Amino acid sequence: MKTIWIITKRELAAFFNSLIAYIMLGLFLGFSGFFTWLYGNDIFLVGQANLRIFFAIASWTLFFFIPAITMRMLAEETKTGTLELLLTKSVSDRQLVMGKFIASLLLICIALVATLPYIITIANIGNLDNGGTICGYLALFLMSMVYTSIGIFTSSITSNQIVAFMGALMIGLFFHIIFDVLAGNFTGFIGNLFDLLSLQTHFESISRGVIDSQDLVYFISVSILSLFLAEWSLSNRHFQKK
Amino acid sequence: MDIQIENLTKSYGPQIAVNNINLSVKTGEILGFLGPNGAGKSTTMKMITGYTGIQYGTIKIGGKDVGKSNEDIKKHIGYLPENNPLYLDMPIIDYLQFCGELQGLNKDNLSKRIKEMISLCGLNREKHKKIGELSKGYRQRVGLAQAMIHDPEILILDEPTTGLDPNQIIEIRKLIRDLGKEKTVILSTHILPEVEATCDRILIINKGKIVADGTAETLRKQAQGNEVLKVRIEDGDSNQIFAALQELNFTSKVDFVGREKNFFEVHSQTEKSSKRDIFNLCVKNKWVITEMNPLETKLEDIFRDLTIN
Repeated sequence: MKTIWIITKRELAAFFNSLIAYIMLGLFLGFSGFFTWLYGNDIFLVGQANLRIFFAIASWTLFFFIPAITMRMLAEETKTGTLELLLTKSVSDRQLVMGKFIASLLLICIALVATLPYIITIANIGNLDNGGTICGYLALFLMSMVYTSIGIFTSSITSNQIVAFMGALMIGLFFHIIFDVLAGNFTGFIGNLFDLLSLQTHFESISRGVIDSQDLVYFISVSILSLFLAEWSLSNRHFQKK
Repeated sequence: MDIQIENLTKSYGPQIAVNNINLSVKTGEILGFLGPNGAGKSTTMKMITGYTGIQYGTIKIGGKDVGKSNEDIKKHIGYLPENNPLYLDMPIIDYLQFCGELQGLNKDNLSKRIKEMISLCGLNREKHKKIGELSKGYRQRVGLAQAMIHDPEILILDEPTTGLDPNQIIEIRKLIRDLGKEKTVILSTHILPEVEATCDRILIINKGKIVADGTAETLRKQAQGNEVLKVRIEDGDSNQIFAALQELNFTSKVDFVGREKNFFEVHSQTEKSSKRDIFNLCVKNKWVITEMNPLETKLEDIFRDLTIN
């Protein structure tokens, strides 16, 4: 556990020492703020004192930004050779993957915490649904967990950051839209299966304020599966030349 | 801690990188790993450190199998990888702290060790810089510092002196020799005099196989075989001397060296020496020996002999 934290700490320091973290935070807040407050189907147009619109937009901005955060995680280490340095210290593959995962997730949590002024503003304008807001944030957090773990996985299979980014987007797209669309096109067992796989279904059910154990199991198991695959792909170095 | 390697084999697809290596390194021994590029040096080192998996065979460090319980063993190993990868965006002190923490050093001990490492590796003037701002030689020093920060019992150094200036090379060699008194050190290099200067034992590997193993002295003896002397004999007719040398009991072959009249190369028979006979011959004929040199085989020649085929 201590080892994981040491890696997480270094990773966060690397984020904040470079410009990446600030650009990411700025872009995330900029995009979600712009569409929540100023443009299109914004809060003033809808005229309701809730953060539904923000959650919907944030789920899209996070969908793009998470792969951008995770893409360098393991790909860069492989490329520069520092992976060898880390894994020959007293660090296991799992600890490394977990350290990177937690660091990325923490950065996203910081971004989410930075949207706190939105809540305060809306609470001042009208009567805010506290339960709904908490559930919305929980849904965003769980979604981020899934995409972060997918991003860590794609970062582990390549030494090219662009490939890692595109790969994460591609896999993410299935969870974000394609399963949902397929679920609409099929009926019966296959339709149910795709519905079950679609992240949107679970995301919406939680952000509506219904916390079902089935949804929690979904988010947690997809994350664990991706992290496990990342660990497995790291351990592949034992068998082939990299 | 000692290292025991048995029947170690590793192949990348059809290419065999390491072919059935058996080796044991004792505590307090400095082992020099020599070999042409792609001979399997780095692969062997990576397997010892647990970075790359072992295909066949076993590596035991202090009696423990590397393949099985390597998290614990890694704490006793300091490793400087080839090409010395580093986090270029980190300041030196932060980086050393990170490495020390990962190896399980506690806080008090850590700051003491960092200070020691910085003075030991001559990083004092640069210690507040980011690693990315350092020149190659200084980066190499940081690489060495991170390998030694937790005072490991086993040091594995893949080409430790590349990029260092001559003064630093001498310091690092001395450092390695000092460390080697209590620790087990394995280092690989391309610089042959370096191995002679630092290592107790030399291992030459080629195409994944060990082709020579021993001290510099024993390797020389093995490679040299018969005695070869270069002798300059004056005050006599060169043809007469030539004939007389050929008739000595133990000579197998006599040659002129270059175009010089009185300079000869005398090959002796296996395990025989002609030095005394030549002396006596000259005394008898009142010739004067002005030069007599045994021809030494250089480590370079041994290396070339063993690895070119």
